[in-house]
Amino acid sequence: MAQLVQYIFAGLTMGVIYALTGVGFNLIYNATGVINFAQGEFVMLGAMFLYTFQEVLHWPPFISLPLVFLMGGLVGVVFEYGVVKPLIRLGVITVIIGTIGASVVLKGGAMLVWGKNALAVEPLISEKPVAFLGASLNTQVLVVLMVTAIAVAIFWYFFGFTILGKAIQACSVNPLAARLAGVPVERMITLSFCFSGALSALAGGLIAPITLAEYDMGTMLALKGFCAAIIGGLGNNPGAMVGGLLLGVMEGLSAGYLSSGYKDALAFLVLILVLFWRPEGLITRGKGERV
Amino acid sequence: MKKDYLLLLVVALAAFALPMILPGDYYVEVFLFMGINILVALGLSLLMGYAGQISLGHAGFYGMGAYISGALSAHLGWPVPLAALMALVATALVAGLIGWPTLRLKGHYLAMATLGLGIILYILFVQLRSITGGASGLAGIQPVHIGGFYLDTPRRYCYLVWALVILSFLFSINLVRSRTGLALRALHYSEVAASTLGIDVAKYKLQVFVFSCVLAALGGILYAHYITFISPETFGFMYSIKLVVMIVLGGMYSLWGALLGGAFLSLLPEFLHRLEDFEVMVNGLILLMILIFLPGGLVGLLQKIGEKIRGHS
Repeated sequence: MAQLVQYIFAGLTMGVIYALTGVGFNLIYNATGVINFAQGEFVMLGAMFLYTFQEVLHWPPFISLPLVFLMGGLVGVVFEYGVVKPLIRLGVITVIIGTIGASVVLKGGAMLVWGKNALAVEPLISEKPVAFLGASLNTQVLVVLMVTAIAVAIFWYFFGFTILGKAIQACSVNPLAARLAGVPVERMITLSFCFSGALSALAGGLIAPITLAEYDMGTMLALKGFCAAIIGGLGNNPGAMVGGLLLGVMEGLSAGYLSSGYKDALAFLVLILVLFWRPEGLITRGKGERV
Repeated sequence: MKKDYLLLLVVALAAFALPMILPGDYYVEVFLFMGINILVALGLSLLMGYAGQISLGHAGFYGMGAYISGALSAHLGWPVPLAALMALVATALVAGLIGWPTLRLKGHYLAMATLGLGIILYILFVQLRSITGGASGLAGIQPVHIGGFYLDTPRRYCYLVWALVILSFLFSINLVRSRTGLALRALHYSEVAASTLGIDVAKYKLQVFVFSCVLAALGGILYAHYITFISPETFGFMYSIKLVVMIVLGGMYSLWGALLGGAFLSLLPEFLHRLEDFEVMVNGLILLMILIFLPGGLVGLLQKIGEKIRGHS
């Protein structure tokens, strides 16, 4: 029982990271119809930023974590202006290839700046592990869950109850109609990139103390974040949250009871099965995109 | 289209002459690996340029060809042609299994699915130690021979590789002209319009995808039986990216783009030996720069230059 709780919490911790990354995918997909292959690199940069602020500059966590969030937003905006805007008129496939190029540049750049070795980051709070149902939980796990819960609550309020949030949603449903209603579509798209970058960077900052920060951590996280988004139905944010947690727990259990060597294969298997069986996602009621 | 055959003839003559002209085995070997890269890139070019889909897992299929054929010949002593055939069939099956669910959907699910598959295959190459030799690699792969005639020098093997490159180009040119090619071109303009004309969009995309993966596997087989020792790094994610760079650099909408891009990127490391750590970033930068400033790639550039010259005369 204690062991089961331990595995589930380990899974949930990774799950929220996948969930945040999945929401990052969705924000850009909804705004532009592009699957952003550099999403994992946003997460990696978040981890690297936290390492820099905390281990190199020795700033306290309540300053460095919000800064990571802001820097992530900046990365998102620069990414839109540098890569997506110049290419979008050439068609979606060109933009997607562009995001692949950008991801390679970011990965290569990070390798030059931060080196090839995995970097250790101190936990945000250094308290003793907490006992829960017989399992001992690392406090970092609780921090991850709490910060994510706060971020989700803010986003839920933002998209559900503010004009700006509703305007962004309107743009993703029908850009033309939104423009006719007076919504500055371009600015909303930029905002989507900003939020996408910020959330992904936050995810990176949160797991850095658990998994170490490494220049090539992005690809795997992108794949799993995408898997989370697919489970929830691409474009559906609450779906991606549930999808991420589901994937995380499945992964935690399979790593604990089956084999940790093949743990990473699970996300891919789930991805293929969902695309095969219910491409519209397990959670949505919406229509699939079959032609 | 006649121009394509003429060009191919020129390439074939060059491929026949070069191994004899090139000074020393080293250069012949560079030319040999160039042929393998072009073979793999050609398949990806069909997929990207004609089916409008991206694969980020071609290094995985390349590896599948190498490992299946290599393991069968090293562990079980299968004759090379039989092992190679088995590898091609197995790769086609796996490609079909991935392509079928993802290509039925509109959009770019294939890219992510192949990215995942590439990672999984890499994990398998490392983890299945008893078959693949794990991280330390698989040794003892048999060289290719016809009867008692061993293709074990770079020069001899080079002819085998380039003969297959030429054959694959011939097949691909014909494929592009065939019903499948026409259907693909139709759905490039409008997928909806194509499907209302009764074109089974998903089926044609799947055919091209499987063919493209088989070409990648063929490249892997050629690599394995020449080197006779393979290890996982060769078949990692970076090679998949490099292939995409080859296609975009050469020109996405022409088969000849694969030839130019493949040749260019195979030669690049010879000039950029000192770059090492920068190589990853250079690949990404080439990709971005070409997309932004030269969307037609090298082929597009040559066509423009050609038009200018004709326009002036």
